[in-house]
Amino acid sequence: MTIIVTDTGFRVDDFPGVIRPLAEIEQIQEGDGVEIGPADDPRALVGVLGQVALIRVRFPAFNDGRGFSHARDLRSFGFHGRLRAAGHVLADQYAMVRRVGFDEVEIDEALAARQPEDQWLARANWRDNYYQGRLRA
Amino acid sequence: MYTYNEFDEAFVRSRVAQFRSQVERRIDGSLTEDEFRPLRLMNGLYLQLHAYMLRVAIPYGTLNPSQMRQLAHIAERWDKGYGHFTTRQNIQFNWPRLKDVPDILDALADVGMHAIQTSGNCVRNVTADHFAAAAADEIADPRPIAELLREWSTDHPEFQFLPRKFKIAITGAPNDRAVTRAHDIGLRMVRNEAGEPGFEVLVGGGLGRTPMLAQVIRDFLPQADLLPYIEAILGAYNLKGRRDNKYKARIKITVFENGLDAFKADVEERFARLRSQWSGVDQEILKDIEAQFAPPAFRNAPTDDYEAFRAQNGVFRAWTDVNLHPHKVDGYTIVSISLKKHGATPGDATAHQMRVMADLAERYGHGELRVSHEQNIILPHVHKSDLPAVWAALREADLATANIGLVSDIIACPGMDYCALATARSIPIAQQIATRFEELQVEHDVGPLKIKISGCINACGHHHVGHIGILGLDRAGVENYQVTLGGDGTETAAIGEKMGPGFPAEEIVGAIERLVLGYLEIRRDAEETFLETFRRAGPEPFKGFLYGTEETADAA
Repeated sequence: MTIIVTDTGFRVDDFPGVIRPLAEIEQIQEGDGVEIGPADDPRALVGVLGQVALIRVRFPAFNDGRGFSHARDLRSFGFHGRLRAAGHVLADQYAMVRRVGFDEVEIDEALAARQPEDQWLARANWRDNYYQGRLRA
Repeated sequence: MYTYNEFDEAFVRSRVAQFRSQVERRIDGSLTEDEFRPLRLMNGLYLQLHAYMLRVAIPYGTLNPSQMRQLAHIAERWDKGYGHFTTRQNIQFNWPRLKDVPDILDALADVGMHAIQTSGNCVRNVTADHFAAAAADEIADPRPIAELLREWSTDHPEFQFLPRKFKIAITGAPNDRAVTRAHDIGLRMVRNEAGEPGFEVLVGGGLGRTPMLAQVIRDFLPQADLLPYIEAILGAYNLKGRRDNKYKARIKITVFENGLDAFKADVEERFARLRSQWSGVDQEILKDIEAQFAPPAFRNAPTDDYEAFRAQNGVFRAWTDVNLHPHKVDGYTIVSISLKKHGATPGDATAHQMRVMADLAERYGHGELRVSHEQNIILPHVHKSDLPAVWAALREADLATANIGLVSDIIACPGMDYCALATARSIPIAQQIATRFEELQVEHDVGPLKIKISGCINACGHHHVGHIGILGLDRAGVENYQVTLGGDGTETAAIGEKMGPGFPAEEIVGAIERLVLGYLEIRRDAEETFLETFRRAGPEPFKGFLYGTEETADAA
């Protein structure tokens, strides 16, 4: 079972649709999710962003920062659906994840046991002390 | 000078609290060592050869006296009584204990300082001309822009896990003292034909094992476009930079492998798409920052006593000949305090010396100090009538070495005495060269000459841009020093040319001596500098000085 982390803490995954790999882009139906990895080009999704309900951006390693740019790009292409960072994301990165446009983080049970809910909630105040927010306003 | 507002203050305090908790969470196992590592690095904490090292940011090299005194306090209370000023205009403490680091960070926050992003694969401390707002040749003060970039880059959510570290340098003067062409991004403040302020933007420079000079990506970028454009460069690099090989991960390789045109196309597409996210508030904030960098109240006073003292005291005169630089205000000068006493560790200052420099800045320097990338301390605004008093106080503190820009004003990385990456010692070589030239008494005759020493291929000692560069390598367990000549970090930037085989540690000082004395033989006249002579005569005569004698070079 994976755990979904939001500003209010841990919860179970309630996304009802299927999440397809980018290779199945031709088969995407209204309400589906799609998954991309760090090396994928999110521009491939521009034509279907209106149908997709969720985009899951995989983080195979916490120190591969490409997913942060993917999130910002997807938002700049006009994606308003649910944006999820999934995989090896640390509680210490929660503020960064939220600030670039992700709504939530998906982690596995082992990571949730090692970094329990309180460590994520400690960063739920990600709107505070935020230089970028101040400079863009 | 810039002082923290409530926002900055709250930010650094929250960051210290986060780091305190990260240290605890490392100990209780919430964070693995691999996970903790980048988190401590982005707070300036390295694990060195013998101990932890804390690198404290001195944004754009600017300090006020109370900040300098606090560095002295930290050196005494939590370290061994000294600090090391670096080529990145930072200060390093070489012996802190992990458990003390959160307290040190709190002490820094007390004076509006931090150690954030002095390491790690993120945007590092932004460096600037150390003579900013003082030099006679300046077009505009780069520090407000550097402060804006500091705020923009600090904890930038998209760019904390880049392929590799990222360094930005800025100059507001045509004479480039910030080595902008050796940075990931170099910014030169310029004006367009309509007189509007903007930047020449350079990208893809760097030293290290593959030295490259930055190329122009925009010849005029309007000032208001700066942050979105820099962000577009970083975004393109974050996605395109290589992550499979750390030695090919810097932006210089990204630009080189993709070609400047393709990389630029990517940047421009991102810029066009993301520009509208910027409302212009950043430019309002910039105006507030600029107001804080208003020039001090310069005074008008006679300089006759200074001239008289200079005429009668030869030692003082020698110091004024090399340690002063022209100031834009009449009667004023820029004082460089050498941290390169012959035989001492380049860049080191004791707590006592830091306090002396702080006192002098307060009393005679309009409250300003700078750290140069050449590892010296600058008093940017000193009235000439105060020079005898400043010099006397510096002498008492062993800080009056008259060697700025000369043979013994050597940049050296920490090398194998401190650094886990080093393959050879740097500091002892610098010390021996300086001591040797002091014995020879030719330093002032030789004139401007930049020697730069790196103790490994990563080139922290900037040897590629030294007029004489020395690179220490490990050849089958024996230190071996390669010589490069003709490097230049200024507006006429060049990467030094490799000469022949290297020299073992006990022969490198003699080799440098032969080079310099040989130069004295072939220079056209006393006005022709070492670099000019090398550019005119080419490498051959210099190779002769290095290898042509009966002293045998190591064939390794």
